[in-house]
Amino acid sequence: MPDGGAPIDDLLVRGKGISVRHGRRTVLEDVGIQVSRGEIVTLIGPNGSGKTTLVRALLELEKPESGQVDRAAGITVGYTPQQLIVDRTLPLDVRRFLEMSGETDPETLANILSDVGARDVLRQEIRMLSGGEMKRVLLARALLREPDLLVLDEPTANVDIHGQVEFYNLIRRIRDDRQCGILLVSHDLHLVMSATDRVVCLNGHVCCSGLPGDVSTDPAYLELFGEAASAVAVYAHDHDHHHA
Amino acid sequence: MTTITIMPDFVLYALVAGIGVAIVMGATGVFVVWRRMAYFGDTLAHSALLGVAIGFLAGINVNIGIVGVCLTIAIGMVFLRSQRHLAEDTLLGILAHSSLALGLVSISFVSALRIDLMTYLFGDILSVTPTDIGWVYGGGTIALGVLAWLWKDLIAITVHEDLARTEGVNVLRTQIAFMTLFALVIAMAMKIVGILLVTALLIIPAATARRFSRTPEQMAVFAAIAGSLSVALGLQGSLLWDLPSGPAIVVASALIYVVSIALPIRRAA
Repeated sequence: MPDGGAPIDDLLVRGKGISVRHGRRTVLEDVGIQVSRGEIVTLIGPNGSGKTTLVRALLELEKPESGQVDRAAGITVGYTPQQLIVDRTLPLDVRRFLEMSGETDPETLANILSDVGARDVLRQEIRMLSGGEMKRVLLARALLREPDLLVLDEPTANVDIHGQVEFYNLIRRIRDDRQCGILLVSHDLHLVMSATDRVVCLNGHVCCSGLPGDVSTDPAYLELFGEAASAVAVYAHDHDHHHA
Repeated sequence: MTTITIMPDFVLYALVAGIGVAIVMGATGVFVVWRRMAYFGDTLAHSALLGVAIGFLAGINVNIGIVGVCLTIAIGMVFLRSQRHLAEDTLLGILAHSSLALGLVSISFVSALRIDLMTYLFGDILSVTPTDIGWVYGGGTIALGVLAWLWKDLIAITVHEDLARTEGVNVLRTQIAFMTLFALVIAMAMKIVGILLVTALLIIPAATARRFSRTPEQMAVFAAIAGSLSVALGLQGSLLWDLPSGPAIVVASALIYVVSIALPIRRAA
């Protein structure tokens, strides 16, 4: 069971002692995080807690001031940014957008779109997609690279509650089918707890981390999320899914 | 023998050079529009005057002076932007106007250039020589080659820089290569439309092409066509009514844009 910590050789990415400063502001202080194959790790924390910065550091998009990021040799990373706004002046349909991953076979593209539940958008202009469709298309592009590690930055922001449940199911299915590691950034407290193997609660530093059930009763977590947290506690991590 | 009026040489040269420049500017201009670099284009164009002055004062080819100054400013911008001390448009404003002023000041030291100032500011396509055509088509071929080589990566960066980077695009290298290309294009275009109107030929044809395009490549091709048409029409107007050629070309391109808005478009959808 991945919950207990995967074997060390399945480690995909590990950040140790990461500190990042933006100007004079300390965004991250001595943060450690790791993601192994086959597990879903969720990063939660309030706005401005450094979630996206940590992801950028792990993706090597931003160089931390101190600390180190190790990535398993030869792995492919799929990434979906928090948002993607295509300028109105750029004519770009979904097919072309997906082809930018390097995969151009029309059948593969159509299949991946139906996998993520975004059928019939292949010929649509990318900027005409709804928020939910956009998230799915971004996920499709990441999956086309057949990633070992999938990094999803707020994949359910701007998605309605029904769509969120569906999306978390989809992410779980992707993990089960592909046995990739998934790092998820989220502030949907309510759903995260049931969809995740491990939770890391961030607020400039790691407040607490561990199994969803443990984190949701951790005093540091309760203090950070206050009122919102109490509404979450009812969602215990029920193990209705299977790990390979 | 023949009674057909043959185009005088200078008109033919102007047309050939102008269309060469318009093709390159159309293909480059789409990125200026997509990446919202209009003001950046202005900045480079304004700094070109300083390049002219430096070229003259140092006794080197003026085109080399222009490319050198534009390149310095362009690459300087790539780095200054990453520092984020000032808003980008403020930074561009400082660079654009101080380099233009510095260019005007430097040019006042060179009497030969002072006479030609209007030519540099507004272009003089009718004085194009076969050597200029060589510059345009030589430089243009290189520019289009570089653009084709950068194309995929540039589009990826335009859509989302971080996503492109995680997928293995070398963003800094691509940006610097594009800036170099941009500097080259400005140097080429200066002779045709002049420093003050260069950006117009980058943006207006690209904007015209947008409505008719379904892919980025289509838009680049249509922009090149719209630009070439602007050159032909502007030149015609300039000959018929004795208009200043650079502004006439820009007016033509603006007219084409306006007409294109009025045109109905058929779309298979």
